[in-house]
Amino acid sequence: MTNGACIIEVEGLHTRFGSHVVHEDINLCVHRGEVLALVGGSGSGKTALMRQMLGLEIPAEGAVRVFGEPLYGHDRKKLQSMRNRCGVLFQKGALFSALSVYDNIALPMRELRTLDEGMIRDLVMLKLKMVDIETRHASKMPAQLSGGMIKRIALARAMALDPELLFLDEPTAGLDPELSEGFVELIQTMRTELTLTIVMATHDLDTLVALSDRVAVLAEQRIVALGSLREVVGTNHPFITNFFRGERGRKALGSTGDALENTGGVL
Amino acid sequence: MTPENQGDSLMVLHRVTGEDGAPRLLLAGKYTLAALGQRLHTLPAELVAYAGDPELQWDLTGIEQMDDAGAVLLWRAWGSRRPPYLLLRPEQERLFNRMKEAPTPPAPIPRDLLWPITILGKAVFLLWEHSTGLAILIGQMLLDVKYLIAHPARIPWREISVNLYRTGAQALGITALVGFLIGVVLSFLSARQLQTFGADIFIINILGVSIIRELGPLLAAILVAGRSGSSMTAQLGVMRVTEELDALTVMGIPHSLRLILPKVMALGIAMPLVVLWTSAVALIGGMVVAEIQLGLSYQFFLNKLPDVVPVANLWLGLGKGVVCGMVIALISCHFGLRIKSNTESLGEGTTNSVVTAITVVIIIDAIFAIVFSNVGLK
Repeated sequence: MTNGACIIEVEGLHTRFGSHVVHEDINLCVHRGEVLALVGGSGSGKTALMRQMLGLEIPAEGAVRVFGEPLYGHDRKKLQSMRNRCGVLFQKGALFSALSVYDNIALPMRELRTLDEGMIRDLVMLKLKMVDIETRHASKMPAQLSGGMIKRIALARAMALDPELLFLDEPTAGLDPELSEGFVELIQTMRTELTLTIVMATHDLDTLVALSDRVAVLAEQRIVALGSLREVVGTNHPFITNFFRGERGRKALGSTGDALENTGGVL
Repeated sequence: MTPENQGDSLMVLHRVTGEDGAPRLLLAGKYTLAALGQRLHTLPAELVAYAGDPELQWDLTGIEQMDDAGAVLLWRAWGSRRPPYLLLRPEQERLFNRMKEAPTPPAPIPRDLLWPITILGKAVFLLWEHSTGLAILIGQMLLDVKYLIAHPARIPWREISVNLYRTGAQALGITALVGFLIGVVLSFLSARQLQTFGADIFIINILGVSIIRELGPLLAAILVAGRSGSSMTAQLGVMRVTEELDALTVMGIPHSLRLILPKVMALGIAMPLVVLWTSAVALIGGMVVAEIQLGLSYQFFLNKLPDVVPVANLWLGLGKGVVCGMVIALISCHFGLRIKSNTESLGEGTTNSVVTAITVVIIIDAIFAIVFSNVGLK
C-alpha cells in the first residue's frame, strides 16, 4: 500500500509557546497509504504537531506541506479543496451541539453544494451504518449521546467526504476497552475498503499495536525514533523503554504478538 | 461505438456494442466525490437515462477508484437494486453489498394535531417550573442568611467584594454615559415646551421628579440587568458545562452560599449606589442644557431642587434600586443554574435570563408606582 510519496511533509519545524519550546527542528514525512502514530508523553507536543499539520496553528519556524502544497497563502477555493480531502476526528468529537446527528454528518456534504438532498440522505445512512449507529439515533442531539457514540459519529462526520487523509486525535481515549477495540476494528475495515492515510496521536498501546504501520516517538522536543513498531521498540531511549517495555507495554505487545509478526511481514 | 467525451473530468462513460451484439456501458476513471465535483449536477440524469434500458450491460471493472458517493450515485440511478447485467470487481462488490444493507432513514414524526394545546400546556408547566425554582432559590437564600447570622465567620466577604466591584464599580462608566445623554435629551425637549408657556422654572420640577423617582432607577436597573445579569448567568452556565458546579458539590461547598448569595447581596448593595450615580449624572446633563437653553444658573437649579422635589422621591428611587438589584441577581442565578451542559442551552439560557430580568424590573417599577402613588408627590 505504501508507495513512498509524501502526503504530508514537515520540514525544520519549531514550535514555541512564549518561552516554552515544544518542538525543535522536526522533520517528518507521512507516506501515502500508511498509518503513522505519533507517540509521546503528556506535553510532548503530539497534539500541537497535529494541529500544525491541519493548519490550525502556525509553526514558529519551518514548513508543513500537505498534498505537496504549503498550508497558508492560498486562495480560498484551493484551500477548501485541500480541506475537503482531509478528515479530522477531534479528541472530544467536536460535534456541533446545535445540529442533530444527521445534520452533523450531512453538513460537510451540503457545503459541497454538488449533492442533492436524496443523495445526501443515502450517504449519511451509509456512514451511520459504517460506524454502527442505529438510525433511531439520527435525529438526536449530541448532548443526548454517550461518549462512545459521540466518538463514532464524529468519525462518521470525519469520513463524510471520503477523505484521503484522516487525522485521529486520541481516537480511543475515553472509551472502554470493548468499545475501543470495536473502534480499532472499524478503522481497520475502513482501511481495507479505501486508500486511506492516517495520522494519529495516541497514548493507547493496544491501538498503536493494532493500527500503526510506523511510529514516531516525540520526546525532548524532537522525534527520537521513527520506524516500524519493531524498530522503535528496539531503540534505546529512556522514554521508549518506559513506554513500551513497562508492564503495560509488555502486555500489549505480548498479547498481540502474532499481529505484530503479521504487521512486520507487510512492512 | 459512441464515445462520450467528458472533457476534463476524470470519469468516463463509453457506450459500446459487445461481441454478442448486446449494448454495453463501460465506466472508467475515478468515481469519487472529489473527482466528480461539478459533474454531479448532470451525471445523475445521464445515468438514469442509461438505466432505463434493461438490456444494457454495466461494466464497472474499468473504474480506478470508487467511494461511497460514487456507489450511491450508481445505486440511485439503478433505482436501489442491481441491474440485470453487471460486471464488478470484488471491492466494488463489497461496496454495493453495504449499499443493500444500508438502513432507511426513520420516517418523519407526523405533526401533532393538538399542537396549540401542547404548546400552551408546556408554557404553563415551564412557568410553574420557573416559579417554584425561584421560590426554592429565595427560600434557600433565607436559610443561608439565617445560617450566616449564626456563623458570622462563614460570611463570604471575598466573593461579595469581587461581585461589588464587577457589578458596581465597573458599571459606573456606561451608566454615567447613558444617564447623562438621557438627562440632556429630556431637558432639551421639556425646555422647548415650557418656553412656549413661559413656565421655564418648572424644568427643575420635571427633571427632579422624573429622574430621581423614575428614570434614574429604571435606567440603572435595565443596564445592570443587561450587563451583570447576563454575565452571572453565563458564568454559572459555563461552570455547569465544565462540571465546576459538580466539583463544588462533591467538595461540600454549597452553590447557594458561595456563588449565589454573594451575588444577590453584592447587587443589593451596589444597585442603589449605581442608581444614585445615574440620577446624579442625568441631573447634571439636564442642568447643563437648562443653563444653555433657558439661562437657569447652576446655583439656582441646585438651590431650588430640594424645595420642589420632596426627599421621599430619593428614598423611593434607592428602594427600587435595592429590590431590583436583588431580583436581577436572583433571576440571573436561577437561569444560570438551569443551564444544561451544552453550548446551545448556554446561549438560550443567557438570552432568557436577560429578557426576563428586564421585564421583571419594569414590572417592579410599575408596582412601586402604584403602591407609592401618594408618596413624594405634591
